[in-house]
Amino acid sequence: MTIEKGVEVMDRIPILKMGSFLLVTIQVDMHDQLALALQDDLTERIVRDRATGVLIDISALDIVDSFIGRMLGNIASIARILDAETVVVGMQPSVAITLVELGLSLPGIRTALNIDRGMELLRAANSGVAAGDGFEES
Amino acid sequence: MVLKRVDLQITAPEDVVVVRQTTRSLAVEAGLSLIDQTKIITAASELARNTLIHGGGGTAAVEIVRESPKEGLRLTFEDKGPGIPDLERAMQDGYSTGGGLGLGLGGSKRLSSEFRIQSKAGLGTRVVIARWKG
Repeated sequence: MTIEKGVEVMDRIPILKMGSFLLVTIQVDMHDQLALALQDDLTERIVRDRATGVLIDISALDIVDSFIGRMLGNIASIARILDAETVVVGMQPSVAITLVELGLSLPGIRTALNIDRGMELLRAANSGVAAGDGFEES
Repeated sequence: MVLKRVDLQITAPEDVVVVRQTTRSLAVEAGLSLIDQTKIITAASELARNTLIHGGGGTAAVEIVRESPKEGLRLTFEDKGPGIPDLERAMQDGYSTGGGLGLGLGGSKRLSSEFRIQSKAGLGTRVVIARWKG
């Protein structure tokens, strides 16, 4: 991490592996390239780690603009194609209100109030696949 | 009356982050509520990105203003880029020339208490928004 003009410039957002899930906690104000790098890194890790779930914690974000919103949507779409579920957790109420007014309703993105609820959702989706025939209604 | 003013250059993606952070700190100083802060920071982010991507870079001025009885934050984004040939169309949701979602202009207008845009082909674009307290 380097400091430029008083802004923390991170090259990468860390991705943690927990069992078959990937966990990302976004704790910095991301510039657009950092958001794109996260999208690429997650795509690669889903395949490499054979992840079945992705949990993205955005509780530290005090805004989500159209660029970040689009990135979250892209990650969910890519993950789905790669047979992994995505849950976005911890969105602040003021962020949710602002997003809707901005015109972004995040279609196709599963959300949960906190990490515990998000993990429950991922586990439920996971056990559904294991018990069933591999097909799942979304 | 301008109580405080911060001028910023927007020439790189990191500058969009600086605009957001400056807007946040002045919004807090101006006494905007959390929801008003969130709205003006989000609008600032959209417009700063527009200045960078469509305007080829430019400037942002963040001001705490009092125009009695109104008090709050005013932001001015200026670039000397190609300008917007069809403003009406550019304000519509979903219309984009930058590969984005096309929510930037219309969205920032909805998030602001006041919104003014001037653009001349070949001369650039100037957007002024304000978010008032209460």
